[in-house]
Amino acid sequence: MDRTVFLNHLQALPEMLLLAGTCAVMLVDVYSKDERRRVTYYAAHALLLLCFVSTLFVLRESEGQRSLLFHGLFVSDALGHVLKLMSYVAVAAALVYSRQYLQDRALFRGEFVTLLLFSLLGMMVMISAASFLTLFLGLELMSLCLYALVALNRDSALATEAAMKYFVLGALSSGLLLYGMSMIYGATGTLNIYEVAGHVARLSTSGSDRTFLVFGLVFLVAGLAFKVGVAPFHMWIPDVYHGAPIAVTLIVGSAPKLAAFAMAVRLLVNGMLDLAQDWQQMLALLAVLSMAIGNIAAIAQSNLKRMLAYSTIAHMGFMLLGLLSGVVEGNALNAPEAYSGALFYMLVYVLMSLGAFGMMLFLSRAGFECENLDDMKGLNRTHPWYAFIMLLVMFSLAGIPPTAGFYAKLSVLSAAVNAGQVWLAVTAVVLSLVGAFYYLRIVKLMYFDEPKESHAVNARGSFRVALSANGLAMLVFGLLPQPLMALCLVAIHGLF
Amino acid sequence: MSLPLLSLSIWVPIVAGLAVLATGRNEGNARGAAAARWVAIAGALVGFLVTIPLYTGFAAHSAEFQFEEKLVWIARFNIHYHLGVDGISLLFVLLNSFVTILVVIAGWSVIDSRVGQYYGAFLIMSGLLNGVFAALDAALFYVFFEATLIPMFIIIGVWGGPNRVYAAVKFFLYTLFGSLLMLVAMLYLYNKSGGSFAITDWHKLPLALDVQTLLFFGFLFAFAVKVPMWPVHTWLPDAHTEAPTGGSVVLAAILLKLGAYGFVRFSLPILPDASRELAWLMIGLSLVAIAYIGLVTLVQTDMKRLIAYSSVSHMGFVTLGFFIFNAYGVEGGLVQMISHGFVSAALFLCVGVMYDRMHTRMIGDYGGVVNTMPKFASFMMLFAMANAGLPATSGFVGEFMVIMGAMKAHFWLAFVAATTLITGAAYTLWMYKRVIFGAVANAHVGALKDLNPREFAVLAALAAAVLFMGVYPLPFTEVMHASVNELLKHVATAKH
Repeated sequence: MDRTVFLNHLQALPEMLLLAGTCAVMLVDVYSKDERRRVTYYAAHALLLLCFVSTLFVLRESEGQRSLLFHGLFVSDALGHVLKLMSYVAVAAALVYSRQYLQDRALFRGEFVTLLLFSLLGMMVMISAASFLTLFLGLELMSLCLYALVALNRDSALATEAAMKYFVLGALSSGLLLYGMSMIYGATGTLNIYEVAGHVARLSTSGSDRTFLVFGLVFLVAGLAFKVGVAPFHMWIPDVYHGAPIAVTLIVGSAPKLAAFAMAVRLLVNGMLDLAQDWQQMLALLAVLSMAIGNIAAIAQSNLKRMLAYSTIAHMGFMLLGLLSGVVEGNALNAPEAYSGALFYMLVYVLMSLGAFGMMLFLSRAGFECENLDDMKGLNRTHPWYAFIMLLVMFSLAGIPPTAGFYAKLSVLSAAVNAGQVWLAVTAVVLSLVGAFYYLRIVKLMYFDEPKESHAVNARGSFRVALSANGLAMLVFGLLPQPLMALCLVAIHGLF
Repeated sequence: MSLPLLSLSIWVPIVAGLAVLATGRNEGNARGAAAARWVAIAGALVGFLVTIPLYTGFAAHSAEFQFEEKLVWIARFNIHYHLGVDGISLLFVLLNSFVTILVVIAGWSVIDSRVGQYYGAFLIMSGLLNGVFAALDAALFYVFFEATLIPMFIIIGVWGGPNRVYAAVKFFLYTLFGSLLMLVAMLYLYNKSGGSFAITDWHKLPLALDVQTLLFFGFLFAFAVKVPMWPVHTWLPDAHTEAPTGGSVVLAAILLKLGAYGFVRFSLPILPDASRELAWLMIGLSLVAIAYIGLVTLVQTDMKRLIAYSSVSHMGFVTLGFFIFNAYGVEGGLVQMISHGFVSAALFLCVGVMYDRMHTRMIGDYGGVVNTMPKFASFMMLFAMANAGLPATSGFVGEFMVIMGAMKAHFWLAFVAATTLITGAAYTLWMYKRVIFGAVANAHVGALKDLNPREFAVLAALAAAVLFMGVYPLPFTEVMHASVNELLKHVATAKH
C-alpha cells in the first residue's frame, strides 16, 4: 500500500526534480565566478532535460490517465504533461537564445537562470493545479519571478518602469482572481476544482445560486484575461514587452502563455463547464475586442517589440475562439475538438513567438538592440537563410499556408464554424487580414529594402541551429500537422 | 503500378526550386548564377516532360477524375492528399508547366541580381500552381491556392519596378481577403458534409438556397479577386506593371486562371442553385468587364497596363461563358483561358523584350520599331492579332464559342459581348501601330537590336501554340467535352 502511494506520488517527479535541482543550481552559482557562469547554464539545460525525460516517463507510466495527488491538490493528466513538455522546450530555447545577448550586456548572472527555473516551477504547479490554492500558489511563484526578471537590467529606467507596471497590474489581477475564487468557494464550499465542478452542476440549475456563481465567474474571467493578456485587460503587455530586455520579453511571451492556458482550461472547463453558456459569452466579447485592438494597434507600431506585443493580444483573442466554441446549447459533444484546436493554437503560437523574439536576439549585439522595424531592413541581402527563417515565422503568424500558423487558425475557425459561430469566424478572418498587413511589412523590409545595418552577427553555433530548427518547425508542422494535432486531441480527451 | 504523375508534376518543380535556391546562394557569384540557371531550366524541362503523359494517357471520353492519388494527410480533419485531373483541369497543368519553361528562358540574361532566389521562387510557384489544379481535397486546394501568394509576393517585391512594394502588398492583401472568406465557406461545407473536405462529396451535398447564396458570395470574393472581375480588378494593373516580365507572364497566363477555375470546380457544381439565381449578377459584372474595361484599355499609355486591362476584359469573357450554362459557353470560357494564357504571356514577353532594351514601357517613347526589329515586329503582329481575336489564331476560338453560347442565351448578351471585337481590335492594333509602325521615333529606337536566338525561340514556341490552337482546336476541346457535359448536368439539377 505504501509502495503504491509512493509510486503514485512519483507523478510529481518533474516538479520535485526541478525544485531540488534549481536549489542546487542556485547554490553552485553562488560559489562560481562570472567566467565560470557557463556551469550554471549547462546545469540548467541538464535539469530541463531531466525534467523532460521524467515527464515523458510519467506520461508513459500513467498512460495519460488522470490521477489526483497530495489530497486532491495536484492533478496529473495528459494535458498537463503536454503543456509541461512544451514549457521545457520554450525555457530551454529561451536560455539558448538569450545567452550571448545577456553576456554582451553583463546581465548573464545566476539570478537570471534561477529566476527562470523557479518561474518554470511556478508554471508547472499552475499547469497541474487541481485546487484553487495550488493554482494561485503556482501563479504567484511564476509571476514574482517574472517581475524580477523584467527588472533584471537595474540601470534601465524603462525596464524598471515596466517591472513596476507589471507588478502593480499583476497584483491587481491576482486580486481579482482570488476574489472570484473566494466567491466560488463561498458558493460551493470546496477549493478542489473537480469538486467545484460537481457543485456547479447542481447549483447552476437554481436561479439565485447561479447568479452568485456567475458573479464569481466574472472575476475569474477578468483575472484570467489579465494573465492571458486579452483586451480590455491588455494594457500591461505593450509596456512590459517594450521595457523588458529582449531576452526577458521572449520569456514573458512564451511559456507563461501555456500556463495561462492551462489555468483557463482548469478553471473554466474542468471547474465550470456547466456555466459554459455564461463564460463563453464573456470570452466572445474578449476575443473580438482583442483581435480588433491587437491587430489595429499593431499597425501603428514602429517598435518591433510593441508590434509583437499587440500581435500577441490579437493571437490570444483568436485562441479564445476555440475555447468559446466547445459547448453548443448545453451540448459538449464537440468540446474536445474545439479545446484541442485552442491547445494546438497555443503550442504553435509559442513556437512562433520564440522564433520572432529569437530573431531579434540573433540580430542584437553589444551596444545594439534590434528592436525597431527598420532594423530588419535588407536582411535578405546580408543573411538570406535567417531572412527565410523569419519569413516563415512571419507568414506563420499571419496564418498563410503551408506554415503551422495556418493550421492553428484552421483548427480554431473550424471549431467556431462547427459551433454555429459563423459570423464570429468571419469577423476573425477579416481582422486577421488586418494582421497580415504588419507581418507582411516585416517581410517587405527584409526582402525589398536595402540594408541599413551591417547585421554583424556573433551568435554561437547552438543558437544558429536552434533558431533554424525553430523556423523550420513552422514548415514541418505546416506540412505534417497531424502528429501534433493528434497529441492535442489526446491531451484534451484526458480532461473529460 | 504507374508513376504518380500528378505528384511528380507538383514536386519536381518544387524540389528543383529548392535546389536552385541552394546553388544560387552566393550573391554576386557569376558561376553560382550560371549554375542556378541551368538547374532551373533542367527542373522546368523535367517538370514539363512529366506532364506530357497526363495528356497522352488521358481517357478523353470519361468525365471521371483520372490519375488519382489519395493518401491520408491530416487525419484529425479528415484531410487527404487527394490529386486527380479531369478534362477541365488537365490542360492547365500542362499550360503551367509549359509557361514555366518560357519564363525561365525569358529571364536568362535579364535577371542578374539574386538569380537563385528568382528562379527558385518561380519553380516553387509552378509546382504549387499545378497543385491547385490537381487538388481534389478542398483543404489541399486552399493550401496550394494560398501558398502561391508567397513566391509571387516576393517576385513582385524584389525584382519589380519602382512602385513594386505598393503593388506587392496590394496584390497580397487583396487576394488574401478573398481567400479568407472562402476558408470560412469551406469550413461551413466541411461541417455540413459531416467532416469531409472532398470536393466530390460537396458536389452531392444538398443545401438550401439561402445557404447556397451566402456560400456563393464567400467563394465569389476569393475567385472574383483572382480572375479579376470588375470592380475588384484594381490590383491587377498595379501588379502587372510593377512585376518583372516573368512575373507578369505567370500572373497573366496562370494565376488569373485560378479564379476562373475555382468557379467551375467549386461555385458551379457545389452551389448550382445559387449560381443560377445569381447568374444575372455574374453576367452583368462580366459584361461590364468586357465593355467598360475594354474602353479603359483604349486610353492606357503604358503597354503593360494596357495588356493588363485587356486581360481583365478577356477574363470577362471567361466568366460570361461559365454563367450562361451551355456547352458552348463553358467550353469557350475554358478555351479562352488557355488561349489567353498563350497570348497574354506572349504579349508580356514582347513588352519585356522592348523593355530590356529601352527601359521604358510607355507607348509614347516608341515608334517605328519595325525599322530596326523586323522579326520582332512580325511576332508581335501575330500576338496582337490573336489578342484582338482574329480568326485562325487561338484568340478567335474562345471568343467565338462564348459569343455563340451567349447568342443562344439572349441576343443582347451576345451583342454587348461582341463589342469586344471592335474595342479589342482598336486598343491592340492602335498600340501596335503607335509602337511598331511609323518613322523611327528617336535615336534609342534607331539603335535597337532585333531578337536574339533565345528570345526568338521563346516567341516562336508561343506563336506556334497560338496558330495551332487557332487552326486546329480539337485536341484542346475534345478532352474537355465529357467533363463539361457532366458539369452542366450537375448545374441543371437543383440541390435543395
